[in-house]
Amino acid sequence: MAKVLMKGNEAIGEAAIRAGCLNYFAYPITPQSEVAEYLAKRMPEVNGVFLQGESEVAVGYMIFGAAACGERVMTTSSSPGISLMSEAISYISGARCPAVFVNIMRGGPGLGGILPSQGDYLQATKGGGHGDYKMLVMAPDGVQEAVEMTMLAFPLAEKYRNPVMILGDGLIGQMMEPVEFPNNLNKEPTNKDHWATNGMDTRKSKEKNIVKSLFLDPKVLNDHNLTLKSQYEKMKKQEIRFEAYNTDSDYQILIVSYGTMSRVCKTVIDNLKIQGIEVGMIRPKTLFPFPEKAVYDAACKKSCKKVVSIEMNMGQMLEDIERCVKGKKEVSWYGKCGGDVPTPEEIINHIKLLLK
Amino acid sequence: MGKTFLKPEALSNAYTHYCPGCTHGIIHRLVAEAIDELEIRGRTVGIAPVGCAVLSYNYFTFDFQEAAHGRAPAMATGIKRVRPDLIAFTYQGDGDLASIGMGEIIHAANRGEKFTTIFVNNAIYGMTGGQMAPTTMPGQKATTAPFGRDVKETGMPIKMCELLSSLETKAYITRQTVLKPKYINKAKKAIKKAFEYQIEKKCYTFVEVVSTCPTNWGMTPQKALKWAEDTLLPYYPLGEFKTPE
Ligand SMILES: Cc1ncc(C[n+]2csc(CCOP(=O)(O)OP(=O)(O)O)c2C)c(N)n1
Ligand code: SF4
Repeated sequence: MAKVLMKGNEAIGEAAIRAGCLNYFAYPITPQSEVAEYLAKRMPEVNGVFLQGESEVAVGYMIFGAAACGERVMTTSSSPGISLMSEAISYISGARCPAVFVNIMRGGPGLGGILPSQGDYLQATKGGGHGDYKMLVMAPDGVQEAVEMTMLAFPLAEKYRNPVMILGDGLIGQMMEPVEFPNNLNKEPTNKDHWATNGMDTRKSKEKNIVKSLFLDPKVLNDHNLTLKSQYEKMKKQEIRFEAYNTDSDYQILIVSYGTMSRVCKTVIDNLKIQGIEVGMIRPKTLFPFPEKAVYDAACKKSCKKVVSIEMNMGQMLEDIERCVKGKKEVSWYGKCGGDVPTPEEIINHIKLLLK
Repeated sequence: MGKTFLKPEALSNAYTHYCPGCTHGIIHRLVAEAIDELEIRGRTVGIAPVGCAVLSYNYFTFDFQEAAHGRAPAMATGIKRVRPDLIAFTYQGDGDLASIGMGEIIHAANRGEKFTTIFVNNAIYGMTGGQMAPTTMPGQKATTAPFGRDVKETGMPIKMCELLSSLETKAYITRQTVLKPKYINKAKKAIKKAFEYQIEKKCYTFVEVVSTCPTNWGMTPQKALKWAEDTLLPYYPLGEFKTPE
């Protein structure tokens, strides 16, 4: 298939349709409103559902109601909106329904700003809503990967009966890049009749299905949480995705970075190589499950003196990296979170400082 | 002679957890009878609220979803948008619908979503133990209004039928009660009519049912019925507020 030039937000909308997701609910917020604007035009062409809800709170539950019927469904939002959806995400996780959430992050806390940020790393990977749940979180580094991850998100959500989040910074949504769409996915999610509330007639069954998250018996609730945990453990075995960059070299510094930030870091690594300084990078593509072993192994390499987490926030992934490196090397953070992306020059200066 | 009063197929054999004299059970039965008579059980999805009816999925014999507090109308919207062939209804208390879920109910009604709401107004928070609801009467005691509802501080009780009827969108909006057999028969007709409108994809349908909570009102079931008739019905008049015709 030929490449087309598309804005990230529009490409994400198109990717959902090509993944067989014909149901989209959303509430406008910068910097991702183009997804809704694109799908408002595009969904009618494919007989799909487009609805602008009255708030992100309501949208979260429209997603829940639709997902609980076993239909493919997606919403997109940005940081403050995701905070409002977090209650629904907790319920959807507890009720074990597949759904796809896209967060095109902006600066925070509060209204923060409308420029790119990675300030929702902890919200996405550690909770946001209440209770012991996890989302599978993927972080694209550009428009092409945003498309691929969006299309992958639906089968993964269905495989684990769990919400999946695409976590992109504002740049991913706003920039235009050539993209090639993978082959379309099957329209129908399979294997849902044993749990979905799709109507007893639809599945030719005499047994009702109940989609719920309330388990008043302490043993039953504990068992339910163990079931959820086993899904998260399975994700850790089967779904870790990452990229290693320049890790064959005898790097002195290991960068861990994701999303748009990791692309700047690649420029940094290439430039420093010319200057005779080797730097390696692990780029997590899945933030949960986190590439724990890859980070540990890369940090343990003999040549590696220090590990640095480079993020557009105040050091959120840093906590995961410290956990993975287990004190074997010094771990620190570099970044910004006002909306400016750190430049290659700034990062180069910082790395040289680390090597002093 | 065969049995003349049978349990509707749409009701399960489970014993309910409702308090003695609570009218939730009657309302469940009316919903179940309507569903049986319209032969829609195989394509119906109920949405349970957070409130005393949270476990209502145990008492019906068709698909059910359990909402978060107040969000059932958004879930029903999700269902009906992606599966317009299904029949969906929310079953909500007054705290659920008129307090925390006020935004969702107004917007669902205003969009003219093709589902049905059964709104059980018992003028109190039942499940959490008798706190004040938006529908609690002036002077009525509640655990969070120990001296009686002071309307100077908390405003007047909200009349949902009247509020929703002010929207310009087409709808079926009615207030009923189950305090006496004569009311029960009317309420049954209204609930059935609401589902019929939904089947015809006519409009949003809303049936308020003035109900009792003897436990948290601190009354015997008989006294609760009388208090509701004397105090609630004058403020919450019965009747059809809006029809799609
Ligand atoms: C977000 C949230 N806030 C508060 C609660 C606690 N809560 C559960 S039920 C309820 C009120 C229920 O009252 P009502 O809707 O009138 O229904 P009833 O129990 O009277 O049938 C409250 C406040 C909750 N479950 N979730
Ligand atoms: S607390 Fe009130 S509303 Fe709840 S079951 Fe008991 S009587 Fe009914």
